[in-house]
Amino acid sequence: MNFNTVGVIGVGTIGSGVVADLLLHGIRAIAVDLSEKSLARARAEILKAVRFAPMYAKGARKLTQDEALALVTFTTRLEDIRACEFIIENVTEDWEVKRPLYGRLDEIAPAGVCFGANTSCISITRLGGATRRSDKVVGLHFMNPVHLKPTVEVIRGHHTSAETLANVAQLFLQLNKEAIVVGDLPGFVSNRISHLFMNEAAFVFQDGLATAAQIDAIFRKCFGHKMGPLETADLIGLDTVMRSLDVLYDSFHDSKFRCCPLLRKMVDAGERGVKSGRGFYSYPGAGSMAENQPHEHE
Amino acid sequence: MSTNDPSQVKEVIRGFIANSVNIDALGDDENLFESGIVNSLFAMQLMTFIERKFGIEVGMDDLEIENFKSVSSTAAFVLKKLGGRPV
Repeated sequence: MNFNTVGVIGVGTIGSGVVADLLLHGIRAIAVDLSEKSLARARAEILKAVRFAPMYAKGARKLTQDEALALVTFTTRLEDIRACEFIIENVTEDWEVKRPLYGRLDEIAPAGVCFGANTSCISITRLGGATRRSDKVVGLHFMNPVHLKPTVEVIRGHHTSAETLANVAQLFLQLNKEAIVVGDLPGFVSNRISHLFMNEAAFVFQDGLATAAQIDAIFRKCFGHKMGPLETADLIGLDTVMRSLDVLYDSFHDSKFRCCPLLRKMVDAGERGVKSGRGFYSYPGAGSMAENQPHEHE
Repeated sequence: MSTNDPSQVKEVIRGFIANSVNIDALGDDENLFESGIVNSLFAMQLMTFIERKFGIEVGMDDLEIENFKSVSSTAAFVLKKLGGRPV
């Protein structure tokens, strides 16, 4: 069965990317967020991604603004996801936000509908436990920018069924994406490792061993990574990185995940990376995630 | 700007790029993307800038990285779009 309509709950950076990717593959999207302001921001991001997609993705569908808008519904009413055949959730990385949301989704969505949790660190098994359909809850860890990343880390919760994974396979066939299916512990594979890099890079910066540009250059030029750990942290958002580290620390009770004090201080100071205009680097004309190139922060 | 003088168009584009990535020197034909000066997503920012600055529209058929790979390429694209129109 082809998926025709997918609900996307939370249309921040990643959620907007998911919506754009759905539209580019001819799938209708119901985009839900808390406020009209958030939806307006998402609408602009989605239209920009759709517009420029043909330049970055070979064979990407060329959609006019009107064609794209005809495929998406923006709403603040969670009830509007009733007609969706699959749900992708991308709300804030906070158990106290996600837990009640999953309870409500469980009440609203038809019984057979699967929930893809686009969480950074929170266990899929734990999210599944907030519903009466834990077999239909699966982790979908999309990367930014979603429509340009061909591979997704898929997390199988303790109760996630083979049928649910088959549904994901079908959706990904339509999106032309590959899944790497892994087991479930907080942080999964990607973030459990990447956040150690970012956190330790922040400690190295805090200790004055090197500048941010030097730290990132070592990863780019010596290791061949596309981005260094500090520019990656700025792109993700330092507040998001901090919250993910806190989840990892609380989950494993392992001191290796303790958040660097400087990172926490920067978040307290409003320096959240690209989205706030300043993090380990400064970003003139801050606004959109993809629109900025870093200047080093003194 | 009062003319569509190629050298002025180039300087405006060079100024925008240099200011965005904080570099001192940028050659006319230096490939922005292959050299790693910017990542390919910067092209979106550059296109948005030239649309606003020169009052042109980047159409669907113009969405080729070749059009924006260097200062020279981007200036040539802008001048082609402007035709003989002063800016």
